[in-house]
Amino acid sequence: MRIRVRVNGRDYQQEAPDHWTLLRFLREGLGLTGTKEGCGAGECGACTIIMDGLTVNSCLVLAPEADGTVIETIEGEAVAGELSPLQRAFHKHHAVQCGFCTPAMILSIKAFLRTNPRPTVREIQEAIEGNFCRCTGYQQIIEAVQEVTGQREGQEELGHA
Amino acid sequence: MLENVPAAELSCVGRGVERIDTVEKLSGAAYYTGDLRFPGMLFAKVKRSPHAKARIARIDTHKARALPGVHAVLTGADLDVRVGLYLVDKYVLARDVVRHFGEAVAAVAAETPEIARKAVDLIEVDYEPMTPVLDPAKAIENGAPLVHPDLGSYDYVKEVFSPVGGTNIANLSKYRKGDVDKAFAEADLVVEREYTNPSVQHVPMETHVTVGQWQPGDKIQLWTSAQSPFTVRNLFCHAFKLSHNQVRVFIPYVGGGFGGKAGIHLEPLACSLSRAAGGRPVKIQATREEEFSLLPCRSGLVNRIKTALTKDGRILAQQMTMLWDAGAYADYAVNVTRASGYSAAGPYEIPAARIDAYTVYTNKPFGTAYRGFGHVEFSWGTERHMTVLARAIGMDPLEFRKRNALRPGSITLTGEVIREHTGNVTRCMETVAKAIGYGEELTPEWQQRELETGRRIGKSVVALHKAPAMPPFTGTAVVLRMNEDGTVIANLSLTEIGAGTYTSLAQIIAEALKFPIERIKVPVENDTDRDPYDWQTVASKGLMLCGNAAILAARDLLGKAYDMAAQVLRANHCDLDHDADRIFVRHNPECQVPFRALAVGYAYPNGNGIGGPLVGVGRYIAQGLTNLDKETGQGLPALYWTYGAHGLVVEVDPVTGEYDVLKVASAFDVGKAINPSAVRGQIIGGMIQGLGTAMCEGYIYDANGKLLNPNFTDNKIPTSLDMPAEIEAFVVETPQVDGPFGARGVGEHSMIAICGALGNAIQDACGADLTKMPIRAEDVWRALETAGPLLESSATIRNRAACNTRER
Ligand code: FES
Ligand code: FES
Repeated sequence: MRIRVRVNGRDYQQEAPDHWTLLRFLREGLGLTGTKEGCGAGECGACTIIMDGLTVNSCLVLAPEADGTVIETIEGEAVAGELSPLQRAFHKHHAVQCGFCTPAMILSIKAFLRTNPRPTVREIQEAIEGNFCRCTGYQQIIEAVQEVTGQREGQEELGHA
Repeated sequence: MLENVPAAELSCVGRGVERIDTVEKLSGAAYYTGDLRFPGMLFAKVKRSPHAKARIARIDTHKARALPGVHAVLTGADLDVRVGLYLVDKYVLARDVVRHFGEAVAAVAAETPEIARKAVDLIEVDYEPMTPVLDPAKAIENGAPLVHPDLGSYDYVKEVFSPVGGTNIANLSKYRKGDVDKAFAEADLVVEREYTNPSVQHVPMETHVTVGQWQPGDKIQLWTSAQSPFTVRNLFCHAFKLSHNQVRVFIPYVGGGFGGKAGIHLEPLACSLSRAAGGRPVKIQATREEEFSLLPCRSGLVNRIKTALTKDGRILAQQMTMLWDAGAYADYAVNVTRASGYSAAGPYEIPAARIDAYTVYTNKPFGTAYRGFGHVEFSWGTERHMTVLARAIGMDPLEFRKRNALRPGSITLTGEVIREHTGNVTRCMETVAKAIGYGEELTPEWQQRELETGRRIGKSVVALHKAPAMPPFTGTAVVLRMNEDGTVIANLSLTEIGAGTYTSLAQIIAEALKFPIERIKVPVENDTDRDPYDWQTVASKGLMLCGNAAILAARDLLGKAYDMAAQVLRANHCDLDHDADRIFVRHNPECQVPFRALAVGYAYPNGNGIGGPLVGVGRYIAQGLTNLDKETGQGLPALYWTYGAHGLVVEVDPVTGEYDVLKVASAFDVGKAINPSAVRGQIIGGMIQGLGTAMCEGYIYDANGKLLNPNFTDNKIPTSLDMPAEIEAFVVETPQVDGPFGARGVGEHSMIAICGALGNAIQDACGADLTKMPIRAEDVWRALETAGPLLESSATIRNRAACNTRER
């Protein structure tokens, strides 16, 4: 069917087979490959995007269900070539290793911080519980979120014995 | 040491600079293999075996071939091609027999993934199921059904491995040191136990994915999510009898590897389908389920350890029998067996040892390299065992470890002498012990908390070591090219799979050139046609070998720039110096020429040119290492040893077995932390990945060898909620004499021994005597309910009753 969506502030109208997931529509239909597939089964969170203000696993949403919605993906996060404060904090805190979980992680945190601008560590952990990261062990991601919420300055140091 | 510069004089090395590959990953602009699309690209799907072992009686592909949109259908009958890293034992698609659940028996390439899936479903396969061999101990018994009846005729690397034809033993590595029998006869105490580990999946967030194109004229191009472009090329050429000039391998961004992408996997199949489809590019992306059983995992292990010791806490001898459950194909498992054999003492001096490490074929998904390369697995047993030994003689487990720790003058299992500069494992242990308050009284608040909750606090300190497991002659090269504006591009073929090595290498190059790091580019993508050779991105060897090659390349580039400058400035080479922008005469600094003017050759005002574009080449090869004697294991296998330790605090409910990890402190002797923030990321990331192995991960099979948990619902991996409440990361810096700026690798080490740390802390808390990975709450509960396992010693292990009456 023909799907009309607003993605990162831009309107799209495009045909897509009814059985396509929103993830596939974004990646193959619109060419927005920043959103990744880690399992295709709603288990890993790598495909997280924001749809009408709420995070969803885009691998579990059918493309036709997204018709008429407003969507935010990683491609809309840096504005005019400038990283957002959240992206900058990730950069500074080494919160990215292989980077495959990163786009979804950013989107999850972005949506979460809109409702909770000064979260505790526990609240951050709960917010990203559905986003697997196999590389970082999450610690530096949490530190980045603390920084962007004004709860930490500077990098955590590696101890020298 | 290459470039031994005092820390105060370093401007880039030793700083936690931001990674050079992060911006594109943060903005969604980084292309991973799965993001690539090519004109005419087809999509492949695989038909997989539902049986662990079966004869393939018939495959009918008629209906699949007739489906519109299908361009190629292949079965094992079409592909008489075997592949193997060290032992060539695996057909691209199973022929005649399937050897494990999930093995590929047929494959389709079609215009859409849907058509390919439908075609796969239309392929009819008649199997005659056979009795699988699943238990490695049974597999090596006489008369066991053979996984590879033709093992005796397979090709293998003869200098290193010893397969036993007519058995299921893909390799036997032996290590012999000292007089073991005498030591056992003289011992005060002998303790013998068995520890086991299941297979574990790497779980890179990006599953394996390959686009292969076999063009007419036998030109092959591969875009693949792999760790080792040159190994893919080499093994591909061997398998298909092609020239290395015919195959080109590109590596885009890689979404995690952890060893699972180190060898050759989907590449031969993608290219074979492409050839059958007339040269159209074919993409195969493993589903998450396929990642668990079509692609390899970590081998399981049964580790039997028998130790002779004295009452005062000295280990006299150790005998170990390690049965590595390799699954159906040898892949890396034979080398895991070899490498963990020579390391198996842990960072302790064992005067006499007899170690037999077997790689055993079974009818299960096969094992490969996984971060730690066997050390995560055997250290579960050895570190549990160290604590059991200490408790058996009533000694504090940390004191016992320190008493037996390797120190200058110690001799390893293979006869290597440990030196002052090898590293300091005792310092690592002391650092983490202090960080977790090991041996200290619990604070009044914690005592109160124990009283209120009924939960018990337990602590442990474990130690570890690992050397890169690689051929003794492993080499690499780095090429530096200066651009017109004086910036520099580094070509090399280590891959950036997430570990941050490229940033560290950029720092090393910047430091060696005295340039700011902003002027150094290390392109993330690799291309075997354009980049110099590297063996593989494995073994935590990349920073050291590539780092040294990079320093040598920088020297070479500067040397050529100085040659030109000497001519331009009419100066002696030895009177020249440089800063970030220019080369100048030391005693007359105004006499200078900028790098920009030299970058692509110097041009005189009248147009005459000299020199030519600046290119620096650095080559480095491991120095002085040897193959190991096949009967005794003696020789020099270790490029270096990286030592480390974890301290862990756990809180356990002694009634239900539920537990929480409260704190982990980890320390590693990295020689020199080139990028402390990246090192911290490796320490914490690996530690959490190790906790996944320790707490919840592992393959579960039914009695017929069917994998029961190939997904994240039934094979959980750590989430943010599984993090210890407190995490601390430390480095000790005993410079590596031959390391770049004194550095040695630490990519794998953080994952090692954390399993033992958890098991030992739980035992400390409540007495549960654990011998099997993973440790779920029910495993603790069960261990508390039942008596301890096999224990032929006078050890007095605190049991549950003791735990309940324990006084503080
Ligand atoms: S890809 Fe959607 S949750 Fe894993
Ligand atoms: S950075 Fe690799 S999965 Fe998160």
